[in-house]
Amino acid sequence: MGFKIVILWTDVALWALAAVLVGYIVRLVRRPHLRANWQRVLRDPAALSAGVVLSLFVLVTALDSLHFRRALADSPAGERFYETRTESVLDLLLSRQIEMRETSYSAPLAYQGFNKDSVAHGSEVVREFPRLAFGGAHLSDPATEWTGDLIRRALSGLAGGALAAVLMAAAMAAILAPSHGGWRHGLRDLLKDRTHYPWRAALLTLTVVALLAGPVIALMGHYHVFGTDQTGNDVLYQSLKSIRTAFVIGALSTLATLPFALVLGILAGYFKGWVDEVIQYFYTVLTSVPNVLLIAACVLMVQVFLDKHPEAFETGAERADLKIFLLCVILGVTGWATLCRLVRGETLKLRESDFVQAATAFGVSDSRIMVRHIVPNVMHLVLISLVLNFSDLILYEAVLTYVGVGVDPTMNSFGGMINLARSEMSRDPLVWWSFAAAFAFMVSLVLAANLFADGVRDAFDPRSRKLRPQVLSLKARKAQAATQAAQNKQGA
Amino acid sequence: MLKYISRRLAYGLAILVGVNLLTFFLFFSVNTPDDMARLNIGGKRVTQEQIEKWKAERGYDKPLYWDAARQGTERLTHTVFWERSVSLMMLEFGRSDARQAVDIGHEVKVRMGVSLQLAVPIFILQLIISVAFALLLTFFRNSRIDFWGVVLCVLMLSISSLFYIIVGQYFFSRVLRLVPINGYEPGLDAIKFLALPIALSLLSRLGGEARLYRAMLLEEVGKDYVRTARAKGLSEPVVLMRHVLRNALIPIITSAGAYLPYVFLGSLVFESFFGIPGLGAFVIEAITGQDFAIVRTMVFLGALLYIASNALIDVVYTWVDPRVRLT
Repeated sequence: MGFKIVILWTDVALWALAAVLVGYIVRLVRRPHLRANWQRVLRDPAALSAGVVLSLFVLVTALDSLHFRRALADSPAGERFYETRTESVLDLLLSRQIEMRETSYSAPLAYQGFNKDSVAHGSEVVREFPRLAFGGAHLSDPATEWTGDLIRRALSGLAGGALAAVLMAAAMAAILAPSHGGWRHGLRDLLKDRTHYPWRAALLTLTVVALLAGPVIALMGHYHVFGTDQTGNDVLYQSLKSIRTAFVIGALSTLATLPFALVLGILAGYFKGWVDEVIQYFYTVLTSVPNVLLIAACVLMVQVFLDKHPEAFETGAERADLKIFLLCVILGVTGWATLCRLVRGETLKLRESDFVQAATAFGVSDSRIMVRHIVPNVMHLVLISLVLNFSDLILYEAVLTYVGVGVDPTMNSFGGMINLARSEMSRDPLVWWSFAAAFAFMVSLVLAANLFADGVRDAFDPRSRKLRPQVLSLKARKAQAATQAAQNKQGA
Repeated sequence: MLKYISRRLAYGLAILVGVNLLTFFLFFSVNTPDDMARLNIGGKRVTQEQIEKWKAERGYDKPLYWDAARQGTERLTHTVFWERSVSLMMLEFGRSDARQAVDIGHEVKVRMGVSLQLAVPIFILQLIISVAFALLLTFFRNSRIDFWGVVLCVLMLSISSLFYIIVGQYFFSRVLRLVPINGYEPGLDAIKFLALPIALSLLSRLGGEARLYRAMLLEEVGKDYVRTARAKGLSEPVVLMRHVLRNALIPIITSAGAYLPYVFLGSLVFESFFGIPGLGAFVIEAITGQDFAIVRTMVFLGALLYIASNALIDVVYTWVDPRVRLT
């Protein structure tokens, strides 16, 4: 069976972003002075743990960013036809979850439907909770077997998770072995947190993830771990699909602000005078319009355009994808003002500095000064504001989707899930699982992004470091005072 | 001062013209008035006659930017852009595109009152509570309270406001039945409808704001004059309240002032969630109904309020910090 690779706009952008990141890492490896700040980020236990969680989300996003369409089995030999459905590699991995479609709501791990239905027992029709088509379908007598089956599967999943954690600890010890004098010492130092980077924190994070993921993986083949939604789709699958949407919005929108903010900010700060006035006027106009309104206006415009040109897309996925891509562009175009103001301020300061004055005296051209001297020196600002923005945008997506100007309704997103949950929360009995799943995934993603961003800010902006709450330094100071007191006593 | 005010006014006017141009261009560069008419009339078979009638009723039957058929200044003034922009600048908002019976100016007047009832308490309480929490964290800096306080802040700001709303509404309205789920009544009865949205709005923004204000306060705490104050023998609370807070007020006011336009425009999400008929809910209705006249009016109003609140912040500066002079 053949397939056709589908290249979506956001896929291209995401993979291009990944390529740029790899390029940056290669550059970092070659230049120790650039590396120092990132090493500082990695030495922060919270940032490292957050980084580990984020990379797991990135992995899911990457798997969900390789799209294809299967060839239809019964197409004639000469000509190939493809399914209208666009799938990703993640869909392939979760194909069982997609197949496990019930008729309507079902609670997490349930074997019965959530609503009563007419079920035929021979000739008799009874109103009862129907058995689910897939959830717990392997049980012959669910009333007695269900609890035991759940516990057995969950425990085996936990054991698998624990085994994975032990293996990871062993692998880390093996990596540490050469620099710590043998793997035994490596393991001991790892567990006592006496390593150069806080590997214990990373290991702890991975262990928690493994212990949570183990039971879920063990159960998800036979149950809906997070239940199903109104149309019977698996909520776990929807949550995993929503990660990519959040990432696309967070990453591409911040990226889209970059060219405007950087170029205009540097031009305004470097040339001053009327250039500065014009650029300032531009961003004041933009910032004076309440953000949601401006975005809503742009999205409305795009929406009408897409409605007018239905012929431009082969599948619904392509349409939804173009919409989210344009949304990112809109968020970028409307959101560059803050960073631009920061870059302008920094450039104003930099152009008076000695090295720029020297370059000007040597007759270096303006464009060269800007590219070689100004850009590298404002990059830390750009980086800090990019990582700080990322989590805000993920939260923003939910609000925009709720307002009705976010991503396409056919696309899985946290905003869409919350929007549906709104009516589900007013049902009686309560349907809480979609909401809880969206909450759990969204908070872990945004929290990880925030903690990582804090780490980056602390590392790249020395001024912010002293604003950190420091219990550890307090401990150190107390210890120091105690030893000093002891010494004084001895002296006396 | 007079010179400052007049310059400020001229710049404000220039910004408003810019905003007007921007929104007009945004709306009409992609969609022609014909598209808007078709969208609004709806239905499958829309005749050209109906479209022309719709356009004539709303004044969209002229050229957009330039009327070549006319003579002199009429080439410029006999256009949709000119007529719409001038009326907006005169604060005549006209009628809704979708429903001709709706007078936008009247709606704005009525709804702004409702929005203010929700937003003014939020704005004031927000400032007091966030600054108080930030002061508390600053007082206990480098201790466990500060550390866990900041952890709590980061956790709170990682949760979408939608979660606060849905959980709060479920818990307080459905389980405890303390307040109605949604709706609004004018007069004193409004309190029971507004209490929950106000409380939830405060809660949803507390984490982010307290952390921000804490950073601003800590920035001041490190300065020499604070050490001098302590050296004089002043107690820590006095140093914080009298010296640090006063000097940290400028950045705090700047960041709080950014919310001022929303005080009038209302919170889109909170109003629509709790069924409060303010300006925020009006905007959402207009967005879902694709009513361009209303959306444009609101964008214009938003910009106006932004400019006004910025001017207000500047005046407050001189009051907070006598070193700031408006010239």
